[in-house]
Formats: sequence, structure tokens, C-alpha cells
Amino acid sequence: MSFDFNLIAESLPLMLMGIGITLKLLVISGALGFILAVCLLLMRISGRWYLNFPAQVYIYVFRGTPILVQIFIIYYGLPQFEGVRDSILWPILREPTGCAILALTLNTGAYVSEILRGGVLGVGKGLLEAGSALGLSARQKFIYITAPIATRLALPAYSNDVISLLKSTALASTITIADMTGIARTIVADTYAPYEIFISLAIIYMIFTFGLQKLFGVIERYLGRYTRREG
Amino acid sequence: MSDENNRPLIQMQGVSKFFGEFQALKNINLEVRRGERIVVCGPSGSGKSTMIRCINRLEEHNEGHIIIDGNELTDQVKDINAVRREVGMVFQSFNLFPHMTIVKNLMLAQQLVRKISKIEAHTTAMQYLERVKIPEQAGKYPIQLSGGQQQRVAIARALCMKPEIMLFDEPTSALDPEMINEVLDVMVDLAKEGMTMICVTHEMGFARSVADRVIFMDAGEIVEEAQPTEFFDNPKNERTKKFLSQILTH
Repeated sequence: MSFDFNLIAESLPLMLMGIGITLKLLVISGALGFILAVCLLLMRISGRWYLNFPAQVYIYVFRGTPILVQIFIIYYGLPQFEGVRDSILWPILREPTGCAILALTLNTGAYVSEILRGGVLGVGKGLLEAGSALGLSARQKFIYITAPIATRLALPAYSNDVISLLKSTALASTITIADMTGIARTIVADTYAPYEIFISLAIIYMIFTFGLQKLFGVIERYLGRYTRREG
Repeated sequence: MSDENNRPLIQMQGVSKFFGEFQALKNINLEVRRGERIVVCGPSGSGKSTMIRCINRLEEHNEGHIIIDGNELTDQVKDINAVRREVGMVFQSFNLFPHMTIVKNLMLAQQLVRKISKIEAHTTAMQYLERVKIPEQAGKYPIQLSGGQQQRVAIARALCMKPEIMLFDEPTSALDPEMINEVLDVMVDLAKEGMTMICVTHEMGFARSVADRVIFMDAGEIVEEAQPTEFFDNPKNERTKKFLSQILTH
């Protein structure tokens, strides 16, 4: 078997044309998923069963099913319902990109909310007692004590999830989206050269991941500045 | 004197507290007048911490009444907050907010609870850091300070709220021996200024020189209550005698 470097040189620029879409999927569903995760977290820790329970069910459903299945259900399944086609969300759900973003958002939100909850549970009880003793309200304690400390504690696991989300975006190619993976699959179908194309694609994802790792490393060092004895 | 001045600042009447089946406090009756300094001692698990934690509602009592400066502690958030504004607390484990600099630790509650401006809160914070003799640490994070320094910051943080009462829950128990005195010095100064204090501590030297009354607790009860000379030189109760002989042997 020969390895065709010319083919790689030709297809790399084509695959890189999909970067925009891959990034769009990552950034939008990452941001919306984070907001969803915070809402789910607040429901989980509210201490009220009628908020906690639905959040738990939601998390169970979205962690308990493959994301590919979730994408298919949203893309192929939802338009079956007339109510969906008549709703104001139809312009989004009509487009495969909208469906992919929705699926990725709903999925990452479930995982990230549990990651954040881990951070919240890691905040020392004594600190919250000190807050109470100083007269801070429950909301003030959450905003000024729990949230900043939990964020730092949750960051390593959160960065893991963002990297995982980056690779989940490749699944969008299964519903006709021309992200990097989608373009790669088209090229493979034309050239019948899966090794060259998919290996170069893998390397592109690795470079991306490397960038994300570095970015989170910087954030981690910044948020962890108060954990080092040396000023 | 007016009625208000005669009234005890802290009144605990028939207070009991259960953790599940276990009764941590049994019918506690205690009155503390303004300016009084009380030392609470006793074996571990005797309910000392639980008792003072009931005073600012870190623990909820199950029976009896706790009245702080005329405000009875109930389930009402309004009452709890009113009491917490008047009561400062210092913990064994300091509990400084690790993600804030020292001066920010002192400013936070002033701004959020007392609604004081940032500039004024900063001025007050620096005054109290001067008082506990570490103004030069204002910009550092808690982890960069020694245990003794952290505990002095914790005292200053509570004082910034201008409390009527200070509760100390074993403030020197987590400290290395060489750091205990710097914290006790601050507490002695505070006592001299007339602060109403309840200190759970085993620093018997401190109790002897500062306390108006020493309270000995065992198994959730107040067993003995006396002035320090009386308490140390002539304890009445067998359990008190046994406890004192155990901690004063060396």
C-alpha cells in the first residue's frame, strides 16, 4: 500500500474549509450547553424535589443514550410532529445545523451540569458557615463563595468535556453537514483513499485539541492563582 | 439603668438539640450580660461547639428559647439575619475565603450585608488589620499566611461587622504551639475593650486571666459554672475535677 502525499496536500485545504462549521458547532453548543448546565445545576441543588427530580430525569435520559441516536431523533424524528413544524423553532429545526447544535447542546448540558455539581460539592462546608455567620444570604453565598471555588474545582473535568464535545461535532456529518468530517467523507467517497484522508483529519482534530488543552491550562493557572503559596 | 441595659444580651432557656437519636444539648440555661467574658470547656463531644453554634443558628435548636439582644431565634430568615448581624464567629479552621485576598475577605460582608461603600469597607478593613497587627498582608491570599496570621485575619473579619457578641469555637486548637499566643493576645485585647465573648477553648491560662465565668460541659449539659479562681482551685463537681486533673497534669 502506498501513502499518497499529493492527495493529502490536495484535500487538506478542502477539509479545512469545514473548520468554520466545526467551530460553529463547538462554540455555539458549548456556550448554550453551559447555560443549560448551570440551570440544571441550580435545579439539582435547589433542595426542592419538583426541580431536582426533573433535572435528574433529564440528565439520566441524555447521559443514558448515545449522542448519535439523539441527533437522529431530533433530525429525523421531530419534523414528524406537526406542532414542531408549526412552531417558531422550525426555522432552526428545519436545518441540519440547527438540529446538530440542539442535540449537542442538550447532550453536553447534561454532562456539564454533573461536572459543575461535583465542583459545588467540593466547596468546604466551613466556608459556607463562615459566610452564614457573617450574615450572607443563600444567594450571596452561592455567588461569592460557592460559584468561584466550584468553577476552579470543576475546570479540569470541564475541559475534558469540551474536548469531547469537539469530537462529537464530527457526528454532525451523519446528517449531511459539511463540517471537517463531512468533507473528509465526501473526499473518501470520491477518491477511495480512506487512510490518507482520515489520518490527516485525525491530525487536524489533534491540533485543535492541543489548542484547547493549552487554553484551559492558561485558565486553570489563572483561576488557581490563590492556591499557590508563593505570591 | 434602663430595662434594655439590664436585660441579658444572650438568653438560652431550656435549649435542647438532637442529632437524630443523639441528644447533643440537654436543657441548657445560660444568660450572658453585656460585656461578660465566658469560657466554655469540657471533653470533646460534650456539646460546647453545638451550644455556641446554636447562638448564631449554625445549628437549629429543637427545644427551648434563644433570645439575642431581645430577638428570639426562630425559623424566620429575618430573625436569623438580625441575630447574625450582631454575632461574630471565629472557627477552629479559620475558614477564610481562599479565593479572595485578605482585605477582600474583610470587605465582602461589610459591602453585601452592611451595604457599606467599597472605600469605607476598605478603610475599616485596614483599621482592623492594623489592630491584629498584619496590615502588610492585606494583598495576599490566605494560603500565603501562617495559621496564626490566618486566625487573626478571621478575627478581624468578624470585627469588621461591628458585632455585639463574639463567639470563638476553639480558635487555637488548629494552631502550632508557637502561634497560639499571637491569637490569644488579640483575644485578650478584645476582652479588655469590653467585648461580650463566649470562647470554647482549652487554654486554661486564658480562662484564668480573662474569663468572668467558666462553664464546664459534659454529655450535653452544663455541669458547673463558676468564676475562674473558684472553678480551678475549688471545683465542686466530680466530673469537673476529673476533667481538670486530666488537662492540667503536665
